[in-house]
Amino acid sequence: MLEKLGHTVEFRPAQTCCGQMHYNTGYHPAALPMMEHFVEVFRGAEAICIPSSSCVAMIRDHYPKMADKSGDAALRRAVKNMLPRIYEFTELLVDKLGVTDVGAFFPHAVALHPSCHSLRSLHLGDRPAKLLNGVRGLTLVDLPEAEECCGFGGTFAVKNADVSVAMLSDKIRCILNSGAEVCAAVDNSCLMHIGGALSRQRAGVRVLHLAEILASRDSRGMSA
Amino acid sequence: MSTYVGEAADAPKFQTAAKSLVADTQVRHNVRHATEVIRAKRAKVVGEMADWQELRESGHEIKEHVLRHLDFYLEQFETACTAAGGTVHWARDADEANSIIVGLVKAQQAKEVIKVKTMTSDEIRLNVALEAAGITPYETDLADLIVQLGEDKPSHIVVPALHRNRAEIRQIFLDKMNLGELSDRPEDLAAAARVYLREKFLRVPVAISGANFAIANTGSVCVVESEGNGRMCVSLPKVLISLIGIEKIIPTFQDLEVFLQTLPRSATGERMNPYNSIWTGVTPEDGPQEFHVVLLDNGRTKVLADREARETLDCIRCGACLNACPVYRQTGGHAYGSVYAGPIGAILTPQLQSMEHSQTLPYASSLCGACYEVCPVKINIPEILIHLRHRVVEDGDAPWIEKMAMKAASYVLESPEHLDRARKLGRIAQRPFATNGVISHLPFGLDAWTGVRDLPAMPDESFREWWVKRERETGR
Repeated sequence: MLEKLGHTVEFRPAQTCCGQMHYNTGYHPAALPMMEHFVEVFRGAEAICIPSSSCVAMIRDHYPKMADKSGDAALRRAVKNMLPRIYEFTELLVDKLGVTDVGAFFPHAVALHPSCHSLRSLHLGDRPAKLLNGVRGLTLVDLPEAEECCGFGGTFAVKNADVSVAMLSDKIRCILNSGAEVCAAVDNSCLMHIGGALSRQRAGVRVLHLAEILASRDSRGMSA
Repeated sequence: MSTYVGEAADAPKFQTAAKSLVADTQVRHNVRHATEVIRAKRAKVVGEMADWQELRESGHEIKEHVLRHLDFYLEQFETACTAAGGTVHWARDADEANSIIVGLVKAQQAKEVIKVKTMTSDEIRLNVALEAAGITPYETDLADLIVQLGEDKPSHIVVPALHRNRAEIRQIFLDKMNLGELSDRPEDLAAAARVYLREKFLRVPVAISGANFAIANTGSVCVVESEGNGRMCVSLPKVLISLIGIEKIIPTFQDLEVFLQTLPRSATGERMNPYNSIWTGVTPEDGPQEFHVVLLDNGRTKVLADREARETLDCIRCGACLNACPVYRQTGGHAYGSVYAGPIGAILTPQLQSMEHSQTLPYASSLCGACYEVCPVKINIPEILIHLRHRVVEDGDAPWIEKMAMKAASYVLESPEHLDRARKLGRIAQRPFATNGVISHLPFGLDAWTGVRDLPAMPDESFREWWVKRERETGR
């Protein structure tokens, strides 16, 4: 999709993980080398596009503090220099590239789950909805109680499985009530969680990352 | 010294308590209904305030200022309160506070006390201490009364009986108030409580209150409430004892301007509390003629010493974070095993008392951030939860299986080569479990996920492999 918009996309294969899982679970020393690795791998990139708002939140909310605590002045500078070049996927499209119509075609009813980090940390606002509204054939349906957490929360989903599942059943009920065929989000982690329950319940609704919808074309590769 | 928070030391793990509570459909129904009503009211009255974010910031700044100069403001309060005819007592911990208060009640030869709005007294288990000394405490806040008569525990900071519905309250009143008949209409329940309490307000000579704010430069104490029962307690008896956590101090009356706007809106969704009682020392021939303040530490200075978690003490006990929390709304307050439930309880309880008893609490959150968003004093609760998780790990108290998993994950994520090898191994290991690209059953602890959720199997071709192939084919 980005290439169709005329951009050069580079995937640096040395990348691994931003360290969010370790950091949020309390393993801070283990997260530090991951941050160092991240900063090193993406050094020099013009724009760093991250299709996961919780990873972006990890970088924006915690990297500066982690770098401060490390006492490494060079690392602190490197993080500071990197931050303005970090873009969540919809931020890149809407803010940096000024695009809300990427020429996609997707003739389905879609409910958007605004993930917690996209909502309350990144404040993405209506960026994802704007992009979905630009898709031909797509019907964006209202998701009741949209701003509620799906109950994933990283290790929370396993450490507190009972509560996590209770939260998830509320989310699933709302998705089913919305009449959507597809539940979309800008976080694959939430989608894995929501999709896991939809699949187990044979609910007949699937999950897709927003990027997958924006990359959809009709059979002739053209938008309708 | 014994620093403790109610019964929290003996409480089961959060996960254990939560398991039975999420299965209690009545509690879940009650909690869902009550929190939805309060949230909607809050959203409406907060939405009216154009300067809400500035008020939050001001509240935060005032509290942070006080915490940085707490020594000064506490002594200023003591001086002013004493000059106005009050007596100030200092209690290092729960036992010290209890013995001071029991001593004060005994000095009056009183066998009964009336109480209002003092969660701090639940924190120090004051009722247990009073009863052991042969003194009967009567809770007069309606919700506290329901909890006391029901031999129950509070489940919410502002609405302690939130987990009860009208039918249950009717039953408790019928059982404990010697009533012939009673409907479950709110007016009738309130009327029954009024008859039960009025007689005690007029008879009992000693009252114990909490405080929402203590004003340093005048020595005044402020209690906000909805029913007027607090007003009765702080004005009718001969002797008044106020139990106040040391973090409740604010510098001046003017600072109330901020909190009296944010607290009622956040707590009950009201623009103003129906009753705002503020008193200063003793006034001859008007109100209590003897006034005592017990300033309580009970672990608060320990919180103060941790710079990264200090703002926990900013809390004005509005309960907005509980109503907003998707975890609290599933379990109710009893899962937290503490008088302080919800997100604020999850950070406050483990800090006030030793972490070993409450170390599961910092994990009782999906870190969704709803608590931080509604907090009227901008306590960054998710950040503090992560900090406390770090402390659990540093103390070596994390479960061994988690430590192993994190170590393994560290190794895998250390380099792209390790990640590649893990992916290849994973594809082989998943074979017995994957059908049509879906894993529905996993062994060992992993069934915590697959018990109710499927997991996508690792695809035959990963994104990385696809990308490398594509680069090769397009010759880039």
